[in-house]
Amino acid sequence: MSARSEALQDNRNRDPMTSLSNSLSAGAEPHPATMVVGGEVSDFFALLKPRVMVLVIFTALVGMAVSNVHIQPVVGTISLLMIAVGAGASGCLNMWWDADIDAVMTRTAKRPIPDGRIQPGEALAFGIVLSVGSVLVLGLASNWLAAGLLAFTIVFYAVFYSMWLKRATPQNIVIGGAAGALPPVIGQAVVTGSVGIESLVLFLIIFIWTPPHFWALALIKSGEYAKAGIPMMPNVAGPQSTRRQIIYYSLVLFPIGLAPVFLGFGGLLYGLTALFGGLGMLAFSVHVFRNREGEAERKAALGMFGFSILYLFLLFSALLAEHSLGLFRAVIA
Amino acid sequence: MTGPRPRPLTPEEAQRRRKRSLAIAAVLFTLVAIFYVLTIAKLGPQVLNRPL
Repeated sequence: MSARSEALQDNRNRDPMTSLSNSLSAGAEPHPATMVVGGEVSDFFALLKPRVMVLVIFTALVGMAVSNVHIQPVVGTISLLMIAVGAGASGCLNMWWDADIDAVMTRTAKRPIPDGRIQPGEALAFGIVLSVGSVLVLGLASNWLAAGLLAFTIVFYAVFYSMWLKRATPQNIVIGGAAGALPPVIGQAVVTGSVGIESLVLFLIIFIWTPPHFWALALIKSGEYAKAGIPMMPNVAGPQSTRRQIIYYSLVLFPIGLAPVFLGFGGLLYGLTALFGGLGMLAFSVHVFRNREGEAERKAALGMFGFSILYLFLLFSALLAEHSLGLFRAVIA
Repeated sequence: MTGPRPRPLTPEEAQRRRKRSLAIAAVLFTLVAIFYVLTIAKLGPQVLNRPL
């Protein structure tokens, strides 16, 4: 184990308050083997998980659009920016806490903290400042319900998911998926000051979509997760049980994906997208179930992972197009 | 009471620190702009409706 990994392991004693104190002091007196004088600006930006921020902006925007309520454009833009910054801050806190496991996984070993470009204490301070700042500015820009929901999302992801669920149960990404599903709800709270059925359905779609999406990746990365000691579903229940559960979740996702049509806020374009997209998810999940060995298994799982991203993107794009470009054609009168 | 003197920064470290300082300045400026624009947006047309 490298000096860097050892330093990170030393800092991870599972007691959040002690670890927080260690991290802050580690920022003042870095481990000699890892001593750096600050990272690049791009390293700090990488701590915010920019790709996740883009997804959060997109889903929150759809949450605003389906509400069909006019919002002052400046207020709307600043609110979206703050939702993205809040999501980035929770990603930063997640990277601070998970630096020890990131260091042993190939996919994440080059992240700024395990790579030694940023000290844990710097990342912790950066994450806390952005969390508090984004919640306060969102509250001032829109309303305190939206700000409260953003604060809840940050705490849920950074504390409940990262510090406990992720290392405790194979249901980690099932329950933790709620954090990733909340942005449309925050978006609707920004424009209406309340939470309606539209955003709750969008929440449910992302929530049920998350397990088959992540488990497809976990199937081909199970060795890495085992090395890091993370109890992902394929490592605990086995790959066969995981493949079966991917089918179950895809089956549940199919009617939930069509729910906006029956509730009257998804039109013809959305309905067709949800219909064929849902069938696609089912087809890919069966493909994953049937291909269990070698390269075929890997290709099937990667196909499922890639299609699940496309599915969610198309679903939300259809809703956005219908509600902002006037493409809405009612299916149910 | 004085502690040990910190070692001087290498040119690369100094350049990184300069870039970070500029980024912090940009963020602070953006924050000021956000509060200014937000205030005007929230006040709306009423901002001009005042006794002279």
